[in-house]
Amino acid sequence: MRILVCVKQVLNLDDEFELRADGLDVDRDYCDRDLNEWDDYALEEALRIRERGGGDIEVVAATVGAEDATAELRKCLAKGADRGVRVWDERLQDCDGMMIAHVLAALVRREQPALVLTGVQGADHGQAQTGVALAALLAWPRAAVVRALEFSADAGEALVRRELEGGLEECVRIRCPAVLTIQVGINTPRYASLRGITQAAGRSVDTPALAELAIDGAAIAAARAARVRRMYVPPRPRPRMIEGRAGEQAAALAALIRDIRGGPR
Amino acid sequence: MSAVLVIAEHRGGVVRPVTREIVAAALAVREGLGARVEVAIIGARPDVLVPALSLEGVDELLLVPAPIEEFQPECYAAIGAALIAARRPRLVLIPHSVDGISYAPAIGATGSHGYASDVFALRCDGEDLVATRSAYREKVRVELDFPGRETVVLTVRPGSFPPASRPGGVPATTLEVPVGPMNSEHRGYIEPDAGGDVDVGAAEFLLAVGRGIGDRATAEEAAMLAGRMGATLACSRPVVDAGWLPKSRQIGQSGRTATNCRLYLALGISGAVQHLAGMKHVETIIAVNRDPDAAIFGVARVGVVADAAELVAELRALFP
Ligand SMILES: Cc1cc2nc3c(=O)[nH]c(=O)nc-3n(C[C@H](O)[C@H](O)[C@H](O)COP(=O)(O)OP(=O)(O)OC[C@H]3O[C@@H](n4cnc5c(N)ncnc54)[C@H](O)[C@@H]3O)c2cc1C
Repeated sequence: MRILVCVKQVLNLDDEFELRADGLDVDRDYCDRDLNEWDDYALEEALRIRERGGGDIEVVAATVGAEDATAELRKCLAKGADRGVRVWDERLQDCDGMMIAHVLAALVRREQPALVLTGVQGADHGQAQTGVALAALLAWPRAAVVRALEFSADAGEALVRRELEGGLEECVRIRCPAVLTIQVGINTPRYASLRGITQAAGRSVDTPALAELAIDGAAIAAARAARVRRMYVPPRPRPRMIEGRAGEQAAALAALIRDIRGGPR
Repeated sequence: MSAVLVIAEHRGGVVRPVTREIVAAALAVREGLGARVEVAIIGARPDVLVPALSLEGVDELLLVPAPIEEFQPECYAAIGAALIAARRPRLVLIPHSVDGISYAPAIGATGSHGYASDVFALRCDGEDLVATRSAYREKVRVELDFPGRETVVLTVRPGSFPPASRPGGVPATTLEVPVGPMNSEHRGYIEPDAGGDVDVGAAEFLLAVGRGIGDRATAEEAAMLAGRMGATLACSRPVVDAGWLPKSRQIGQSGRTATNCRLYLALGISGAVQHLAGMKHVETIIAVNRDPDAAIFGVARVGVVADAAELVAELRALFP
């Protein structure tokens, strides 16, 4: 049995960042790259299912991304994923969640997992769309924002708790195979061991071409659901800033708080 | 005439307030699009919700009976798709809520519609619809359009439009829509732990720590400082996820709202939309962050660019 975990490399902007010359995205030279926080929890959940299940469960981490995204798959391998798959093609440049979902759907058809886990959203764009779009393209059952999961391979179902607004939770029984989008806090992701990192560095990552996945490149390009007209840094209303060294700032802050709250200065 | 279709959100037999906000969003763009506004109510008893959604400016309520007790994502996606096929709306608006993000992308993907999520502004530029959202921790904004798409599906950020509130007489039409297979089943709700050790919603002065507080030990120092200042300790979500503070202290969309708060001191909190949902209304927000461009400064009255741990240590000396 197989669990597919879909992960993404996200960009974190440096304090001083620049937009790209075409004004449609940030310049990648001004960014750190990292494994999407939500996907880290999804991977951990898959690893725990494997560990609890004891039996023959394979955890596959998959990503749609250019060469540098391999680093995130290696993190997954270092933490214990059995295999990594990375799909990329020049036509996926600047792809949106819908395009990614189309590629992942083809990958799911090849891998035939019993369960697909991914993060609720990416920390960079917060679109919260890829997992549910993927489920729809596969016509698979789905649940979003899952914060507790009991998977029963034998029964072919899972009991999940979805986290709703205001701390309310919904209990849902769902048939599997299904796509679940995982919320942070469902578990505590492990750190990779030094040994895991060393071993992962030497492992190869499978990189099937679009054609091998029977994906039509033109169809993928047509799946783009929106076009970026422009990206810009919004004018921010700046609050009054308390300047100075930490000690001076603290003194001014303390005076301000006492002013607002009343009481001795 | 083209239409803007709003899909109402309700839970436990009550319309969720965000629905009236997206009705307002629909009313704001109707003229530019030359469109009618239709509001769909999907559920076991859609008729019961008619009074709550008979709002001035809405042209028609579409009542769609469905064999579900509460929200079900496949059912909502199937009915949404069927309504698009039947009414060919130019625009479909769905809340960017937990339920909204559970089915809106499905409608977008299977129908090959234009799609964008967490949109907070919307305008027409000639024939084009332009949606604005943000990215990279609210540091940039992105304007999107949808060339060649007859229908555009958008999820709208809660809190970005003042709710439509004036009642009006709206004709209702019942539509029978076949729903395909449903592979998941609602099994009840679990209410948030009402007890907890404290009611952060009731506090007037909150000292809230975020991931930028660094570690558990510093969070504990901040707790001590809060006590000395007469503040109640609160936090952002990663602090709960890390196990540094209990869930009852969490402010935001999936936590508590700082309902009674008048002074909110945020230490090392970036200002993600889900956090702001619980506190951006507070009269005086003081934000401390290492990053001078953190989004939290956009809602703060006073800002301090500083290391949170260092500032906590300095403040502790001033509140003995
Ligand atoms: C469905 C859903 C529901 C959610 N519900 C909630 C919710 O209820 N509440 C909530 O808070 N979040 C919620 N989130 C998570 C939210 O998206 C953010 O991830 C979270 O609010 C970020 O918390 P943060 O600001 O503490 O951390 P980060 O975003 O990581 O920000 C840390 C900040 O600290 C600053 N910093 C770092 N080091 C220092 C230092 N030494 N000194 C000073 N500043 C420093 C950084 O510049 C940064 O601005 C939800 C997300 C989803 C998808």
